[in-house]
Amino acid sequence: MYDSGKIIAGLVIFIVIATLPFTLNLGKAVAKPSPSIDTPTINQMAKKQCVESKDHMKTTHMQMLNEWRDEVVRDGNRLYIATDGKEYNMSLQNTCMHCHSNKSKFCDECHNFVAVKPYCWDCHIAPKEGV
Amino acid sequence: MSINRRDFLRIAGFGAVLGLSGASVAATVKKEIEAAGPFKPDPRGLTAKRWGMAIDMSKLKSDAEIQKCVDACHQVHNVPEVDPDHPQQEIKWIWPESYEHAFPGNEGEFMSPHFKHMPFLVLCNHCENPPCVRVCPTKATFKRKTDGIVMMDMHRCIGCRFCMAACPYGARSFNFRDPRPFIKKDLNLEFPTRTKGVVEKCTFCYERLAKGVQPACAEVSNGAIVFGDLEDSNSEVRKVIDTNFTIRRKPELGTQPSVYYVIGGKDHD
Repeated sequence: MYDSGKIIAGLVIFIVIATLPFTLNLGKAVAKPSPSIDTPTINQMAKKQCVESKDHMKTTHMQMLNEWRDEVVRDGNRLYIATDGKEYNMSLQNTCMHCHSNKSKFCDECHNFVAVKPYCWDCHIAPKEGV
Repeated sequence: MSINRRDFLRIAGFGAVLGLSGASVAATVKKEIEAAGPFKPDPRGLTAKRWGMAIDMSKLKSDAEIQKCVDACHQVHNVPEVDPDHPQQEIKWIWPESYEHAFPGNEGEFMSPHFKHMPFLVLCNHCENPPCVRVCPTKATFKRKTDGIVMMDMHRCIGCRFCMAACPYGARSFNFRDPRPFIKKDLNLEFPTRTKGVVEKCTFCYERLAKGVQPACAEVSNGAIVFGDLEDSNSEVRKVIDTNFTIRRKPELGTQPSVYYVIGGKDHD
C-alpha cells in the first residue's frame, strides 16, 4: 500500500473526530425528562385522568392532535367521545392547555429532550405561566 | 380427475363474480367503519345549508358604527394592526370600502354624492363558486360541504398567495411578518393568532357558530347585519333579501357571493 502511514493516520484522525460526540459524553448521565402535571386545575381533580389513558397519551398524543385538528377545522366536528364515554371539546388551546397550563414543564420537557420542535405555538397561544 | 374447457370456464367465471362482489362489499364496510370515528359536532352549534349575510347600509350611517363592527371582528380573531409605515402589509378581515371600489363598474357619471362617498362594509363573500378554492394547491382553503363557509386551514397554508391573486374582492391578507407583536393588547386567549407566511381572511366566525353564537360583526351591528341561512326561505336573512332591493359585489364574475347589500332601505329610527 502506498502512503500507508498517511492513510492510517488520516483514518485514525477521522474516527476520533467522528466519534467525538460519543466519547465526550461517555459516562455522563443526561437527566431524564420528567414532565410535570402539577398545575392548579389538575391538582383539584379527584381522579387525575386525561382524555385517554396515560400510556395512550404518552405514545399517541401527536397522532391524536393531528386527528383533532382535521376533524375540527375540516369537518366541523368539535366533540371527542373518549373511550370512557366522556365528551371533550377538541381544542389544544382551550381544552389541553386548560389543564396542562404549564407548557414549559409539560410539553417542552420531553420535546426538548428528544429535540422535536412542534410548530403549535407559532399560532396557538400558550397559557401564561408563573402568574 | 379431468375437466373439460366448458366446465373450467364456467367455474372460473363464477369465481371471478364472487370475488369481485366480495371485494366491493368489504370496501364499503371498511369505509363505513372508518367514517364513524369518536367525533361529533357540538349540539349547541348553528347549522345551515348555506350561510349568508345581508348588510343594510341605511342602518350603518357613520364611520364609527362601521368601525365598531371592524373592531369587534378584529378583536375576537386577534387580527394585527400592522405598522402604518407599511400599508401594503395590512391585515383585514372586514373593512370599510368606497362605493367605486366595492362595486366597480356600477358608478355613474352623476350619482348621489351620499352613496358615492358612503363607506361600505366589505368582507369575504363566501362565494358559492369560490375562485380561491380552485387555485389553492394544498386545499388549505376549502368550501365546507355542510354550510358553504369558505374556510382556511392555517396548518396547510404554504403562503403561495395564489388565492389572493384569484380572489376578485381583495378579501385575503398575507402575513408578511410575525403578526404577534402587532396585536393590540387585549388578546383573545381562546382563539389562535396566525404565523408568518400564511394567508388569512374572514371565516364567517365558524368558531362562534359552533358554539351557537352569531358572528361578531352581526352581534354589534344593531341589526344592520343580518346573518342566516340563504337556502331557508323562512330565515331572517331571506326575509330581508326578499323585501328589499339588494346588490352583490361583482356578480358578473359568476362567483355567486353570499353577502348581499341593502341599498337605500327604509330608514329605521
